[in-house]
Amino acid sequence: MDLTIEGLTHRYDAVEVLSDISLSIPSGRIVCIVGPSGCGKSTLLRMIGGLERPSAGRILQLGDPPADCLNPLTFVFQDFALLPWRSVAGNISLVLEDRAVSRKDRADRIADVLARTNLSDFANALPRQLSGGMKQRVAIARALAVNPAVMLMDEPLSALDAQTRELLMDDLVGLWTRTPFTAVYVTHNLSEAVRLGHKIVVLSRRPGRIREVVEIDTPLDQRDATDPDLARAQDHLWQLMREEAKAADAELAHG
Amino acid sequence: MAEARQVPFRGGGFRPVQKRGVGLVVFVLLIAVVEWGTRAGWISSLTLPKPSDVARTLIGLWQSGLLMQHVLPSLSRLAVGSAMGVTAGIGIGVLIGLFSLARAGLVPLVAALFPIPKIALLPLFVIWFGIDEGSKYALIALGTFTPTVVATFGAVDNVDRTLIRMGQSFGLPWLSIVTKIVLPGALPGILSGLRISLSIGIILLVAAEMLGAQYGIGAYILEAGSLYDLERLFAGVVILSALGVTVSFLIGRVETRMLRWRS
Repeated sequence: MDLTIEGLTHRYDAVEVLSDISLSIPSGRIVCIVGPSGCGKSTLLRMIGGLERPSAGRILQLGDPPADCLNPLTFVFQDFALLPWRSVAGNISLVLEDRAVSRKDRADRIADVLARTNLSDFANALPRQLSGGMKQRVAIARALAVNPAVMLMDEPLSALDAQTRELLMDDLVGLWTRTPFTAVYVTHNLSEAVRLGHKIVVLSRRPGRIREVVEIDTPLDQRDATDPDLARAQDHLWQLMREEAKAADAELAHG
Repeated sequence: MAEARQVPFRGGGFRPVQKRGVGLVVFVLLIAVVEWGTRAGWISSLTLPKPSDVARTLIGLWQSGLLMQHVLPSLSRLAVGSAMGVTAGIGIGVLIGLFSLARAGLVPLVAALFPIPKIALLPLFVIWFGIDEGSKYALIALGTFTPTVVATFGAVDNVDRTLIRMGQSFGLPWLSIVTKIVLPGALPGILSGLRISLSIGIILLVAAEMLGAQYGIGAYILEAGSLYDLERLFAGVVILSALGVTVSFLIGRVETRMLRWRS
C-alpha cells in the first residue's frame, strides 16, 4: 500500500503551518521528514494518520493494506504512550482485544513481536519498571503487533539518551532488514535521518514547505557512521536547514 | 598552603519519610495528659471527662450490646447513602468529563449545589422522603454526590490526552477507550475524592441521626449532650473517630490494591 499526499495545506486560525505539501510514500521504504522546530512536521504526520484534519489538500491510500493488517496507519509516539497500569504484554494486548483475533492468535502475535524486539523476558513487567529505551521498544512491538501497512513514527528516539538512541537505531535497522516495512519517520536529528531514511524530505520553517527531497541508495544495513557518502548527505541536509533553523529560532524568540 | 575545610552538607530536609508509631505516641501522650489533669484536678470534670471513664463507658456499651444497636444502623445508613451518592457522582462526573453538552449543562448545577449546607435541607428531606431512613439516605447521598462529581470530572479531565490519542490511532472503539484508558486513568483522582466524600458522609450521618432517630451514633451523642453526660458524649465521639479512621484505612487498602502500577 502506497500513500500519496496532494497539495496539503494547514492553518491554525490565521497562521499557516503547512503549505502545499505533495509527497509520495512508496511501500517498503522509510521516508524521513526533517525540518526546524515548529515547521509542522509532527502536524503533517498526525494528518497522514488521520488524527488531524488538514485545511486543504488530501491524503490518499493507493491499493489495499495486506490481508492480515489490523490497523493500516499505526503510530509510534515520542513519549511512548504506554498505559502505566498494564504490563508489557497487556499494552500490546490492548490494541488486539477489540479485533477479530482469536485468543490463541492474540497470544501468538504478542509472543512474536516481543521476540522480535527482544522483550520476551519482560512480558509481565510494568512500564514504570522499564528504561526509556525499553519503553519505546514496547511501543514499537505494539505497533508491529497490528501488522501496519505504514508506521508513522513521531520523533520516536527524541526522548532517549544518545547511547540508547544508537542501540534502538540498530534495532530498527535490524527489524527493517528482516522484514521491510513502510514508515514515515519524523525527526529533527539529521544523523537518524541519514541512518534510517531511504528518502529524506526537508521542510522549511513555518509555513512548512518541501525544500528538497534527498534520496539515499545505500542499503540500510550497510550504513555506518564512518561512511563518507552519509557524512556528505548529512552535511548537505544541515546546509539546507541551517539558515532555516536559525531564522526559526529567532522567530520563536520574538513571538 | 591553603587551609583545607570540608564542604558543609546543606541538602537535607524537605523530604517526608515514613515514621512508624509516632501517630500512636501522640494519641497516647494526649490521652495521658488529660487523664493526669482530670485526676490531679487542674482540668475540671465539667471541661473534660476522665479518659478512663470514657473507656469504661465504651466497655459497658459493648457488654450491654447497646454499642452494636447504635453502630449497626449508623453503618447501614452510611453504606446505603454514600453508595447511592458515590455511584451517581461517579456516573455524572464521567458524563461531564466525556460530553461537552453534559459539562455545559451540569457543571453550573453542581456548583450551585455544592456550597449548600446539606444539613439545612434536612427538614425538607423529612417532608420529601419521610422521617425514617429515606431522609437520612437522601441527605448522605446528596452530601457525598457533589464532591464525588467534582473529583471525578477533574480526574477524567486529567487523563493523559496522548494515551487517548494513542487509543484512537490504533482504532480502538469509543467504549474501549473509555473503559480501558479513561476510567483506569481517572481512578487515582476518583479514589482521593472518595476520601473527602466519605468523610462528609460521616458528618452528615451524625447530623441526620440527631433529628428523628432512636438508634445511631448521632442519636446517642445528642442524648448524652442534652443530659450533659460527658463520658457518653466522648464515647460517641471516639466511635466516630474510629469510623473515620476505618473508612480511610479501607480506601488506603483499595488504593494500594488497585493502583499498584504507580510507584
